[in-house]
Amino acid sequence: MRVAEFVTATLIALASIYLMWKSGEGPSWDPTVKRFANIGINIDNSGPGSGFWPFWLSVVMMVSAFAVLGNALLGKSELSRSRKPFLTHFGLRMMLSVGGALFGFILLIEFIGFYGAIPLFLFYYIYFLGRHSLALAMGIAVAVPVFCFFFFDVAIRIVLPKGLLEPAFLPLYEIFL
Amino acid sequence: MDVLALLLNGIWIALEPINLGLALLGIIIGLFVGTMPGLGSVNGVAILLPFTFVIQQMTGQATSPMIFLAAIYYGAMYGGAISSITLGIPGASTAVATTFDGRPLALQGKAENALVIAAVASFVGGTISTLLFTGAAPLLANVALKFGNPEIFALMLLAFATFVGLSGDDIPKTVISICIGLILSAVGFDIISGAPRLLLFDSTEWFSRGIQFLVLAIGFYGIGEMLSTIYETKNKTEISEANMTLDRLRRALIKSSEAWKGTLIGSVLGFFVGILPAAGATPASLMAYGVSKMMSKQPTKFGTGAPDGIAAPEAANNSASTGAMLPMMTLGIPGSPTTAVLLAGMVIWGLTPGPQLFTDQPDFVWPLIGSFYVSNVIAVVVNLAFIPLLLRLLRMPFSILASLIFVLSVVGVFAAYQNMYDVWLMLFFGIAAFFLRLLKYPLAPAVLAIVLGPIAEPTLRQSLILSDGNWMIFLNRPIAGPITIVAIILILLPFFHFLRKQWRGTR
Repeated sequence: MRVAEFVTATLIALASIYLMWKSGEGPSWDPTVKRFANIGINIDNSGPGSGFWPFWLSVVMMVSAFAVLGNALLGKSELSRSRKPFLTHFGLRMMLSVGGALFGFILLIEFIGFYGAIPLFLFYYIYFLGRHSLALAMGIAVAVPVFCFFFFDVAIRIVLPKGLLEPAFLPLYEIFL
Repeated sequence: MDVLALLLNGIWIALEPINLGLALLGIIIGLFVGTMPGLGSVNGVAILLPFTFVIQQMTGQATSPMIFLAAIYYGAMYGGAISSITLGIPGASTAVATTFDGRPLALQGKAENALVIAAVASFVGGTISTLLFTGAAPLLANVALKFGNPEIFALMLLAFATFVGLSGDDIPKTVISICIGLILSAVGFDIISGAPRLLLFDSTEWFSRGIQFLVLAIGFYGIGEMLSTIYETKNKTEISEANMTLDRLRRALIKSSEAWKGTLIGSVLGFFVGILPAAGATPASLMAYGVSKMMSKQPTKFGTGAPDGIAAPEAANNSASTGAMLPMMTLGIPGSPTTAVLLAGMVIWGLTPGPQLFTDQPDFVWPLIGSFYVSNVIAVVVNLAFIPLLLRLLRMPFSILASLIFVLSVVGVFAAYQNMYDVWLMLFFGIAAFFLRLLKYPLAPAVLAIVLGPIAEPTLRQSLILSDGNWMIFLNRPIAGPITIVAIILILLPFFHFLRKQWRGTR
């Protein structure tokens, strides 16, 4: 926990510095405007610039991240005294199996669309992770995309992407849309 | 028209078949999400918000989707108690305090008594708070009509200060969470000058449209919280049976009157805590439990199954959920993460939350208030009738529920914005939320901040334009001044506590 507390606070502090840098950017169409010219409170008597709000918030965030680091260094926070691991063995396995499955699910959508990815994800999750029966896993993996198709594509006309499976849906479009 | 006539008209509209049906559906969904550990009102409302466009399309008005979502909020407050009592795991954080006495009573074989006490207390809490809401809302909206930019910004400051001063979470981490939400709300374009800004990694495809509130909310509550629940419970749960027959229900209803004191304390306290921005139903229920114990003649019975110990938090969480609607409707400031989602919904449906709602959109406001009364009655009846069914649902394997929630989250975000960038961002926020929760970073402030950011920034900047860059504008106006001072005191409160501790230590 202690290391994770340090690492996270450091990452947040670094992200704050990056956000301060980005906030100071002038408009891309006018290269004559200098960086950080937009963070003042009353620029040319026309009030705060576009970078004012995000810049100073990033400063506050950076100071707070240093405070978290300080608390951790002085051992004032509970987590910085904790010797427990940040992620238990179960947690690591869960992140790989569940987080990985979610990542794979969304990646698959890019290729085989929602109606290809949803059944695969549900089947993997219910059959392999949940260890339920094949019939139950298959039933849910088929029922959910069918419901989604009739709800989204047919009823409310939000067409979910189908990727490579698009040709298979053409006959369905002709019937239902 | 006076308030009573407006209210009666509102109740009449809320009783129209479509609105009644939506309230019933919302209550059932709310009871379900409230009952299931890992899901709460905010998850339910956030995940289902994209689907409310259909309701708006069908009915052609914003009242019906709002009645639906508000009913989910209500239902979830009732449902939270069911798993707290029978499982010993709170269905939602708002029902944590219900486990203190609800679980011991269930372990004594009296689960049905605990469930009925919780349902009745929830009903009383919901009704008292709705009455208070009806009286206070038009008055507050009337005052708020006089608010200008400095006053609105001062209120925003107060909302964030409440998080810092009263939430009880680690202060630097709370401030970081607030900043994350506010900065994310600034990504895309500057709404005043029109200049592009914070296009992270110079990517216009990903960030030029800004970061949508729902992407963050569903990422945090749909993905992040489910991952946390899987991690924390490891899918291991044990249910106490509740033997619910009509005769037992009747006896339990009679017995629930024993808890009148806790119910009353919870109802009144819950409403006022709920009004405070950033407080919401969870601290309200914990506070009500504490006060109820303090005022009890037999405080030692608390923790062993005392009826007041169940009634107080349950009345309080329902009451607070109505209380949290008050600043959302009258000032445009949400009092809880769930009301932040509701507020975002109102914006999406084309409404401008704030005091003008009461004068410009009475057709929206009063049917909604009417629906609070109607939903409350539906909720208590459905809750008592559905207890056996909900207990069966609790046996539903978590792996099935989790997989369905994940699919619903992904599809919901895509349906709302129709691009895959937002779906990827949602996954990123979900995984980040899981790790941040492990490190005890509070997430609710970020969710509130991303909603409030687009109001807070322009009001601050326009105030500073008005004052030629003089910050005193927030202190020397009659309404903004006191609000800012209270906000500053709240921000400084933890420092006073720290100094007092140090001083005591040196003595």
